[in-house]
Amino acid sequence: MTDVTTPETGSREARPTRASRPPAPTGSRPTTPGTPPRRRRSAESQRRLVALTMLAPALLGLVVFFAYPLVASVFYSFTRYNQLQEPEFVGLLNYRFLFTQDPQVVPAVVNTLWFVVVLVPVRIVCGLLVAGLLSRARTATGFWRTLFYLPALVPPVASVVAFVFLFNPGTGPVNQLLRLVGIEGPLWFNDPAWSKPSLVILGVWVMGDIMIIFLASLLDVPRDLYEAASLDGATGVQQVRHITLPTIAPVIGFAAVTGVIAALQYFTEAAVASGVASGKATIGGGTAAGLGYPGTSLLTYTELLYQHGFANFQFGYASAMAVVLFVITAIVLVLTMRRISVFRPEES
Amino acid sequence: MHLPTRSVTRITTVAAMAAAGALVLAGCSSGSSAADIADEAPTKLEGTVSLWHFFTGREAGVIKDAVSGFEKANPGVTVDIHAGQDDEKLQKAISSGQNIDVGLSYSTAIVGSFCSSGAFRDLAPYIERDKVDLSDIPDAVRGYTEYKGQRCTLPALADVDALLYNNEAFKEAGITGPPKTLDELKADGLKLTTYNADGSIKRLGFNPLIDFYENSPQHWAAMIDGKWLDGDGKSVIGKSAGWKQLLQWQKDYVDEIGYDKLKAFTSGLGQEFAADNAFHTGQVAMEIDGEYRTAFIADQKPDLDYGTAPIPVLPGVGNYGSTWIAGNVAGIAKGSENPELSWALLKYLSLDTDAQVTMANGLKNIPTLKSALASKDLEVDDRYQAFVDIAGDPKTFTSPATPDGAAYLATQTKFWEAWQEQGGNLDAKLRKLDEDIDAAGQLAGP
Repeated sequence: MTDVTTPETGSREARPTRASRPPAPTGSRPTTPGTPPRRRRSAESQRRLVALTMLAPALLGLVVFFAYPLVASVFYSFTRYNQLQEPEFVGLLNYRFLFTQDPQVVPAVVNTLWFVVVLVPVRIVCGLLVAGLLSRARTATGFWRTLFYLPALVPPVASVVAFVFLFNPGTGPVNQLLRLVGIEGPLWFNDPAWSKPSLVILGVWVMGDIMIIFLASLLDVPRDLYEAASLDGATGVQQVRHITLPTIAPVIGFAAVTGVIAALQYFTEAAVASGVASGKATIGGGTAAGLGYPGTSLLTYTELLYQHGFANFQFGYASAMAVVLFVITAIVLVLTMRRISVFRPEES
Repeated sequence: MHLPTRSVTRITTVAAMAAAGALVLAGCSSGSSAADIADEAPTKLEGTVSLWHFFTGREAGVIKDAVSGFEKANPGVTVDIHAGQDDEKLQKAISSGQNIDVGLSYSTAIVGSFCSSGAFRDLAPYIERDKVDLSDIPDAVRGYTEYKGQRCTLPALADVDALLYNNEAFKEAGITGPPKTLDELKADGLKLTTYNADGSIKRLGFNPLIDFYENSPQHWAAMIDGKWLDGDGKSVIGKSAGWKQLLQWQKDYVDEIGYDKLKAFTSGLGQEFAADNAFHTGQVAMEIDGEYRTAFIADQKPDLDYGTAPIPVLPGVGNYGSTWIAGNVAGIAKGSENPELSWALLKYLSLDTDAQVTMANGLKNIPTLKSALASKDLEVDDRYQAFVDIAGDPKTFTSPATPDGAAYLATQTKFWEAWQEQGGNLDAKLRKLDEDIDAAGQLAGP
């Protein structure tokens, strides 16, 4: 059985070309084929001006909140800078230290990649499974959807604190339940080997954000495709493989790309888990205190960046780390988008 | 002239990049406007001065009470208090040029950065002009409030550590007095440790894990009179026989009970700054903690029968009765528009005996003036007295400030956490620790 696609999907010819499109309105003085070139150019400029004016707020935001920080980060990455003194040019010192001398970079990168490779796929698979089940529910659908989506509304800090207490090895209910059935539970957030899997469990609990998107896309798959496939003798698995997955592939791609970006910037959950599990959660101690606990098992790349910037006053070095993260994220993004082919305009 | 669309796009892009670049360069020039200092201190103070500090809740009220004394003494002055501002916020506010007059930080780690960068003004001209005698400040405290001879901060209360021990547990185990050496600490700790039927720890005599509550390299440094950096800012930890002996002692202690068993027990304990703190509940019989613990116990577990004593030491290496000291520091921000008012407020908070006693009584921190330590108005009981004596010990010391916020302490802590779990070749690991600390020093610069 071949993949089922609609005839329109991916068809470049189906779209009107630029030349064949009807002329756009240009204000009070529409141009006609007989309009002199000079007047046409003037109308064109006017149209561009209007468009630019309309876009100005968005463009301004882009320059202030994206372009400027990006350019500034690149600039500062070649300097020694503590926010309080003039930046001092140090050439490639920050990059040299980052790639060859910082003892914490390797564990931070390994931990971050672990979240990319494990957390993102696990969340997508679980989100798809739950969405699949919910799409088949016939009674109390609103209740079940609400139930599975609700955890996504809990603020990240609150959900992490709750999880650390639930999974407390000594007093938490999870290990107490495990003891009832004769299993001695692990130390969860206090064991370097279990701290990251514990956060994955948390990530699955709060998967409502992607589950709801999957559910919407699953409900959008045309029923007649399943009926046709069923008449052709396709089994359930074959229907999922050849109808469901190809149809919702763009949504899966979206979840993968945004998930990878979020995992590369993973910070809040790991930082809060470290602080609470270490028993040193306090106010006024600075966010950087205790990052990575237990050991360096929860030290992510962005945590290390934060530590250098805000605890060690090394904003030049932190900027170099940010630039490297930006480049890696861009590369991963391009590769992912090419791989899944869902963001190419001609195929959308 | 007509430009092709693509050219217009390119020009727009280049212009946007240039504009962004200009913004970057503009952002570089933070500018400092230190006002000239008058030849004489003003006879009458008037106006509003802002005070940024990190305290919240009840503790913020204590600061407010202390500051009201300054306002009463200077009727024309109003202090605009900004509570709950931690060091990160303080630094951002100063660097962005906000109108901060006096900043109060909880961490001596900022002194290197704030002094060398000029974020806090040099106080020497004011001190000279007003002929301020700093000899009332203990030596170690004077040490951590300046950087390379430049005084940009003054102290405003400090923290010191001591050994706290549970009297009931001591009686039960037949121990008559607190340990004074590391060998005694280990022997008593093991004696006080009890186990459940399944072999898990029921009560721990002393928790040797370096990441437990207040355990840390700096809080344990008194055990060996620890040093961190030489005069050039290079690490001497790896070359120190004291640190090596302490690390080995700690690892032996951990292994004797078992790392996994200790970790399992520690993981089930309550939060340090909560009512279910393990020393409050009796789950840990001895711990090293700060003077503020006496206030927490009085508030949350007033019936706890406990004592306080100096930290046990390695005989012949550590100085029994001394400790590592650090605390709050205050300075005048570089952008202060009222430097004279700021100086007056700073002097009041740091050098006025009554103000120090008021704050110390309220916060249960250690005063940073000898006169305040000796004041009859300082509310002292037997347990708190041990901390006062330790703070006044002539061999009490501090750790050196660096421009990177004393990052070497964090590096040493991470090293120690790995060591207690994995062990290995200690000499090689200590050499690597020195290399890592020295390499990181280049980021901070001279």
